[in-house]
Amino acid sequence: MIDPLLTRVLYIDLSRRRFWVEDRKDLFEEYLGGTGVAVKLLAEEVSSKSDPLGPDNAIVFAIGPFTAMYPMASKTVAVFKSPLTGNFGESHAGGRTAIAIRMAGYGAIVIKGASETPIYLAIHGDRVYFRDASALWGVRSTYTVGRVLREREPGSGLRTIIRIGRAGERLVRYACVIAESYRHFGRLGLGAVMGAKKLKAIVISGKRKIDVKNPHKYRQIYNEIFDKAVKSPAMKKYHDIGTPVNIRALNKIGALPTRNLKSAKFEYADNISGERIAELRLARRTACSHCPVACIHIASIREQYPHEPYFYTTRYVSYDYEPIYALGTMLGVYDIDGLLRLLEAVEVQGLDAMSTGVVLAWATEALERGLITIDHTLVELKWGKWENYVKAIKYIVDQPNEFYKALALGAEETAKKYGGLDFALSFGGNEMPGYHAGPATHIGYLIGVRHSHLDNAGYSYDQKLIGKEYPPPEKVVDDLINEEAWRQILSSLVVCFFARGIYKPELVVKALEPLGYSYTVDDIIKLGYKIYVEKYKLKLNLGFNLNKLRVPKRILETPTPNGVISHEFIEKALKYFGKKINELINEFT
Amino acid sequence: MSTAASVKRLVVTDPDLCVGCMSCMFACARRFPEAGLAKSAIHVRSVGGFERGFTVIVCRACKDPPCAKVCPTNALVKRKGGGVILYASKCIGCGNCVNACPFGAIQWNFDDNKPVICMHCGFCINYCPYGVLALEEIR
Repeated sequence: MIDPLLTRVLYIDLSRRRFWVEDRKDLFEEYLGGTGVAVKLLAEEVSSKSDPLGPDNAIVFAIGPFTAMYPMASKTVAVFKSPLTGNFGESHAGGRTAIAIRMAGYGAIVIKGASETPIYLAIHGDRVYFRDASALWGVRSTYTVGRVLREREPGSGLRTIIRIGRAGERLVRYACVIAESYRHFGRLGLGAVMGAKKLKAIVISGKRKIDVKNPHKYRQIYNEIFDKAVKSPAMKKYHDIGTPVNIRALNKIGALPTRNLKSAKFEYADNISGERIAELRLARRTACSHCPVACIHIASIREQYPHEPYFYTTRYVSYDYEPIYALGTMLGVYDIDGLLRLLEAVEVQGLDAMSTGVVLAWATEALERGLITIDHTLVELKWGKWENYVKAIKYIVDQPNEFYKALALGAEETAKKYGGLDFALSFGGNEMPGYHAGPATHIGYLIGVRHSHLDNAGYSYDQKLIGKEYPPPEKVVDDLINEEAWRQILSSLVVCFFARGIYKPELVVKALEPLGYSYTVDDIIKLGYKIYVEKYKLKLNLGFNLNKLRVPKRILETPTPNGVISHEFIEKALKYFGKKINELINEFT
Repeated sequence: MSTAASVKRLVVTDPDLCVGCMSCMFACARRFPEAGLAKSAIHVRSVGGFERGFTVIVCRACKDPPCAKVCPTNALVKRKGGGVILYASKCIGCGNCVNACPFGAIQWNFDDNKPVICMHCGFCINYCPYGVLALEEIR
């Protein structure tokens, strides 16, 4: 007995303004949910010919059997064709997204077509409304859009408010989608896909019961997981300082990309560390729905108005490790308030913090080297000068000249035009995450299905190897594939990757049982490989070519805690990966 | 001297401690053999954006409950010490009780078309790691 409402897929065609529901029990039975189901649904909608910014692109949001059932299963998977890479795009967000979709009575939502005029979608249970958003289009800040929809739509406490900013409207290829002001479908340009569809926002709400096959056992396992969530030291780390605890840790080992990775150590790391921000600016910690860990850290920005002595503004912005890396260390920004202003600027515009930081780091170095001049950048981009970066962020969205038009396409596209590819830090077209820990880190970015550090955690693999003998490239690749395959299960259930230390295969199998699923540990691990292969097949169908992957020279120049990376090692790994992926495709198809 | 068991009510100690994780809401529904939120008697929502914190809405266990006064079928009867007990078989789902509660503390079960009434059992407290909820003795 699988929850009959989980297998319902809501289809929305923006071109015809129609919606309908299909029961896709077939997919949910075979692939659980989340990324497993989403990949199959996307494969039905897009091809290598689909324009990522055309009506023929589709967006799939999917949740899974653990959503709303167990703690820390608070993520929604979004898949689409990425306008940044032109290939498979996948991004995950928490907030209230996942619970709202499940409570509205769906396991996935497929959005296709494009509207001619700006609209937003309001999905309240079985009712779907296409509402005019022409007045919301062009609104300066995504915070304002959130506030308007909060007051206009019902379902407070039981809803998600997903929206794009001006960056998405103006098709910046790394525009993000914001949920509940502080969580993001950050990577690979989902914001631009929504912008191209003239879809400003989606509100989803609902409230219903979910029948459980074995309630007694369900409650027992629930308690076991809840206990681990609130007591385990691994989760405490996320709760206390949060992900920015990594700033100090990575700086200490020399794996913290700094000033466009000219260095992997930041001399001012302590100024903007998680500990420092918590001490001086932390305003509140909040949680995603159904997650007692509460890792969302919100800082306050308190500013005095220059013309009024006793007039202050207090604003809020969330902070995490990756945005601090991208807009802090990568840009040499060490002023805590300057950093928070940069985080706020990308939030207001609806940009992916990581890509924005890496793009601006490239531009700063290109200016430094004279590849471009201030006529291009309009403001002096200089390490640490955050005021100018705030202006540049707005220029990326406004695109006042050819240079910023290029910058809005990403680091790689800009470098192709202006030179400086060697230090354009993108992998498969996606800008680099915040780790320079060794060869596996970068091999992970290169071979990962979405070129994200979260695909296979090469950065974590490397950190465990410091001071030890480094394994051969074949072993590294095998281990990374193994990790990536398992993560397909986590993101099909869908549980947060932060809880990966708790949701081990044995527990996953046990927790599925009272919900009506019978798997063995072996089955579930194999299913991970199957989903991984399905995803890679889609990636290849959409035109991915392993031989065309570019290895940015910069990563071979700056030493890692595991030494200087040799190009030969990476080449060997990629060659082996090419062979290996073909074997896996044959085995699992 | 009274020998009756003490009567308790659920209280919110400090809403500023709430992180908005909704674990209490899900716990409340698990009292029944089901998951989801249909039968949850607690409601947590932001005050107006996550940054301003949360409001945790629970039944106050009024001594003179307005919800009972407006029930046309006497499905809501006063509970000893405060609050009300729902006799679901008498309830016609009119929703008067929801409108009568100034705190908005009566939730609605859309699956059954009946109000959800807090029993002050304190089951939810076990699932709040931040000490937002407590049971208090009614004197």
